Amino acid sequence: MIAVRGLTVHLGGHTVLDGVDLDLPDGGVVAVTGPNGCGKTTLGRVLLGLVEPADGSVRGLGGARAAVFQEDRLCEHLDAVANVRLVLPHDVGAAEVTAELRALGLTADALGRPVRDLSGGQRRRVAIARALLAEADLVVLDEPFTGIDAAGRDQVLARVAQSCAGRTVLLITHDQDDALRLGATVVDLPRAQASDDDGRRRA
Amino acid sequence: MTTSTTARTAEASRRVPRATRLVLVAAFWLVVWQLAALAVGQRLLLPGPAEVGSRFAELAVTAPFWASVAYSLVRILAGFALGTTAGALLAVGAARWRVVDALVSPLVGAVRAAPVVSFIILVLIWVDSSRLAVVVSALMVLPVTYAAVLEGVRQRDPAMLEMAAVFEVPLLRRLPAVDLPAVLPFFAAACQVGIGLAWKSGIAAEVIGLPAGSVGERLYDAKVLLESADVFLWTGVVVALSLVAERVVAALLRRVSSAGSGAAA
Repeated sequence: MIAVRGLTVHLGGHTVLDGVDLDLPDGGVVAVTGPNGCGKTTLGRVLLGLVEPADGSVRGLGGARAAVFQEDRLCEHLDAVANVRLVLPHDVGAAEVTAELRALGLTADALGRPVRDLSGGQRRRVAIARALLAEADLVVLDEPFTGIDAAGRDQVLARVAQSCAGRTVLLITHDQDDALRLGATVVDLPRAQASDDDGRRRA
Repeated sequence: MTTSTTARTAEASRRVPRATRLVLVAAFWLVVWQLAALAVGQRLLLPGPAEVGSRFAELAVTAPFWASVAYSLVRILAGFALGTTAGALLAVGAARWRVVDALVSPLVGAVRAAPVVSFIILVLIWVDSSRLAVVVSALMVLPVTYAAVLEGVRQRDPAMLEMAAVFEVPLLRRLPAVDLPAVLPFFAAACQVGIGLAWKSGIAAEVIGLPAGSVGERLYDAKVLLESADVFLWTGVVVALSLVAERVVAALLRRVSSAGSGAAA
């Protein structure tokens, strides 16, 4: 289990997270919801090792990590398959990557084009495939379904739910429906901001 | 036919092919040059293009002409390659380790600010004149490449670097996928500027150091012997070689860029 205790993060002179506690059970999906600016993304970035907390601790964090970031963060000159393979071991072949991308709804003609030529929804699918195929003990999904139209959303959600089964996942979202469809335990970060008995804010 | 289509057709008919345009521009300036030469009326001060052209036709069929071209070409390109490589490596080191930046930046600033003739005279004390153009060209190119590559490395997208860090992308995969595409435009711009600088400084070094058989020596001899047509001729040769080298370097960089994309894929 990943145990976050008393997590405090200051960014740009502001306190973004203040004494947050959170448990992520092994193989479980925890969804963090809340309004903009409440520190959801910062919490994810701490778990990814990208932000150093000012105070508090994160226990149980080890091994490989994967993420769907708020932005796609793709290599623009590479095609969809190459973008995904960039983060995978050599023994994962193009066929496996192609199958995952197709399962997420990427059309065959989009596979070989540089991702700069793809639509927002197609690029998002590539970013999701990259996180799903990466060998990771923790997967952080930060608003992963942004830019995916309603028609394709069900397909992507179903695939993410299938691929994330048995993996420890932190889902950052504004949409509680998405969280519930992934079978997530929902944690509302704003509610966690209320001080508990010992002055901490509890998630 | 719509208004916009009509406008496009009219614009296309006005457009002159690039090659034709170049020929017309060259012809215009040759005529201006010839008229100026006729107005001056002294071959010593301003030989006309016809005279320079006939001198070129005379020399171009001789082995010493091409030997001089090859001599300077090899040395200046070697200096360019050396300066570019050293500048790029130092920039990568400076981006990675602050101590390298602290040590190298003042040196590069001094090289950039110092007059090229000071370097030529200094280098002439230390090395044989046959190697002068190599060292001087390299020294002139190094600061340009260093500054450009350092800027390119610093301008890499931090979001992409974070992605690579989270997924633990190995360096050898990250370089062509993330780093090189960010740095290459800066490096290419530096090469375009650097190749011209290498020629200018290399020939200046040869004119001062007078290595036997170089273009610089030919230029110096022409000046001493008051062969104005030869001065114009060799200057034209240097300009032509510099332009060709610039094109070749640009083409090579385009090839490297597409090969990098392929390798990452």
